[in-house]
Amino acid sequence: MSALDLARRPRVDIGADGAPAPRAARPAPPAAVLVSAAVLAVIALFVVWPGLFTSFDPVRSDVANSLQAPSAQHWFGTDRLGRDVWARVVYGARYSVLIGIAATAIGVVGGTIIGIGAGLSGAFVRGRAGRLLDEALTRVIDVLSSLPAILLAMLVVTFTGPGIGNIAVAIGIAGMPLYARVVRSQTMVVVRTDYVAHAAVYGRSRAAVLTEHVLPNGLTAVPVLAAIDIGTSILAVSGLSFLGLGPQPPTPEWGVMLSEARDILRIAPWAGIFPGLFITATVISVTVVGRWLQRAADRRIS
Amino acid sequence: MSAVAVDAPRRAGVHPILGVLARRVVSGIIVLWATATVAFWTLQLVPGSPVDILAGDMADAELREALAREWGLDLPAWQQYVDFLGRLVVGDLGQSYVQQQPVVSVLGDQLGSTFVLALAAGVLAVAIAVVLSTATVGRARVRRGVLSTLELVFVSVPVFWSGLLLLIVFSFQLGWFPAAGAGGVRSLVLPAVTLALPTAGLLSQVLRESMERTLTEPFIVTVRARGVRESLVVWRHALRHAALPGMTVLGSLAGGLLGGAVITETVFGRPGIGSISLQAVSNKDVPVVIGVVLLAAAVYVVVSTLLDLAYTLADPRLRGGAR
Repeated sequence: MSALDLARRPRVDIGADGAPAPRAARPAPPAAVLVSAAVLAVIALFVVWPGLFTSFDPVRSDVANSLQAPSAQHWFGTDRLGRDVWARVVYGARYSVLIGIAATAIGVVGGTIIGIGAGLSGAFVRGRAGRLLDEALTRVIDVLSSLPAILLAMLVVTFTGPGIGNIAVAIGIAGMPLYARVVRSQTMVVVRTDYVAHAAVYGRSRAAVLTEHVLPNGLTAVPVLAAIDIGTSILAVSGLSFLGLGPQPPTPEWGVMLSEARDILRIAPWAGIFPGLFITATVISVTVVGRWLQRAADRRIS
Repeated sequence: MSAVAVDAPRRAGVHPILGVLARRVVSGIIVLWATATVAFWTLQLVPGSPVDILAGDMADAELREALAREWGLDLPAWQQYVDFLGRLVVGDLGQSYVQQQPVVSVLGDQLGSTFVLALAAGVLAVAIAVVLSTATVGRARVRRGVLSTLELVFVSVPVFWSGLLLLIVFSFQLGWFPAAGAGGVRSLVLPAVTLALPTAGLLSQVLRESMERTLTEPFIVTVRARGVRESLVVWRHALRHAALPGMTVLGSLAGGLLGGAVITETVFGRPGIGSISLQAVSNKDVPVVIGVVLLAAAVYVVVSTLLDLAYTLADPRLRGGAR
């Protein structure tokens, strides 16, 4: 092994300041991102215009045709009540995806408010009160994140009862600590920067400094984080629905379909295979596109 | 002079580990108290009185009153809260509304099964993650691509689907493992694999990233210059340095294992905390719900305490007691 080999494996990039820079992550092959984006586009069409893909009713049962294997007529077979599994998968996208997005939105808004409150209270509220407020909000974040998301969501459902809006709120609350942490630390950094000090010295009002400088810079990480988190939310939504805490049968939500398929798995495995396949494909696609966005954002900043 | 300055922050007589432990125990108690308080007051607001659950359909006013008195539900809420905290201190979580027996014994009966499942899944996840990450670090593009795709799939697959797939193949087609129940090791295999996959995928990503960072450090060049085999460089040096971030992630995933166990147990029809908490949630059995929540919070506190101790042991720089 020559000295050259030693230095070459793995390759060390030398940064502008002469220090070895960590090897930059290889940009994702655009093919994977494109395929994922195409998958998401199809899923979006499922949500907006399910009638385009199937003429079957996802809810009406047809017992004469129950438990049929996949065929030219029923692409994904039929379930115990003779409902077309493909039609239920297509119509189900509405529930799983939209509830997932709603939950993420709730998490983003709630978490951001907590995070900004905690991050600013040190700088904008003078003295002990500010520190106490920050401490209290940080403790709230701690308590929320000490519980596994699914248990926290179950706690909320105990309170609200099962239902579509209720699990969106439950999963949203469970997602808040993530955003609260990021926004809090970012806000604290921004508040102490020179440009914020300059703006204050120039006589800008606090409100102006807040809306023009602190908020735009404190929240930069949030959109990308949220994009990736939609995948996690969709997993959580279908998980809670699988447990029977979300939309109730005969709603064609993907988790509900898997829960119904569990009982007939031995005789009709297709009823369980296909809905799960679509959950997994959706989550993978969201993650791939989200990570690509994240890398693009990182490159823009650095 | 400089030696004195370095040693100074370490207070004489107190072992640094004890300091970490004391700080951790105090903050753990605060987290538990806060969790108990939040859970208590949230569930106070649950629509419908617990008396409805206790009395069932027999809405006889006299019976309801007697039940309310017996369960202390006629007291003002703050009084109930004080009583609740008082019982909590001595380890009494109250009575289940539905099962009419102490919450501690309701949970205690099922804890073992869930613990075994989570532990088996955790160990399996670490093993899979170490194999996946060491096999890919600094390797050819193709192998990396294949294995990191595998990680992505592991992370993205819902456990209630991977569980069903494993059931279809290994239970129904091959007949190797039972489809439901909790008798013996054979019934543990499929649930443990199901629960381990997402954790393994996440952990492997973290380990590899951290190992790659380590491999660019100058001391690795020194190690290679001594003629150390590449596999040894990875296993003895890079993996060791990646262990700290790996432990952090594993700590945060411990809660995820508990949450995932709820779903996994439902898929495989295993008894455990999962079925208990599901029943409690749908029956609004508030004392049991609070018990499960406190159990999860306790797991979090214990795991993060152990992690802190492990850091202190693994990284000498943290032993200064400067903070």
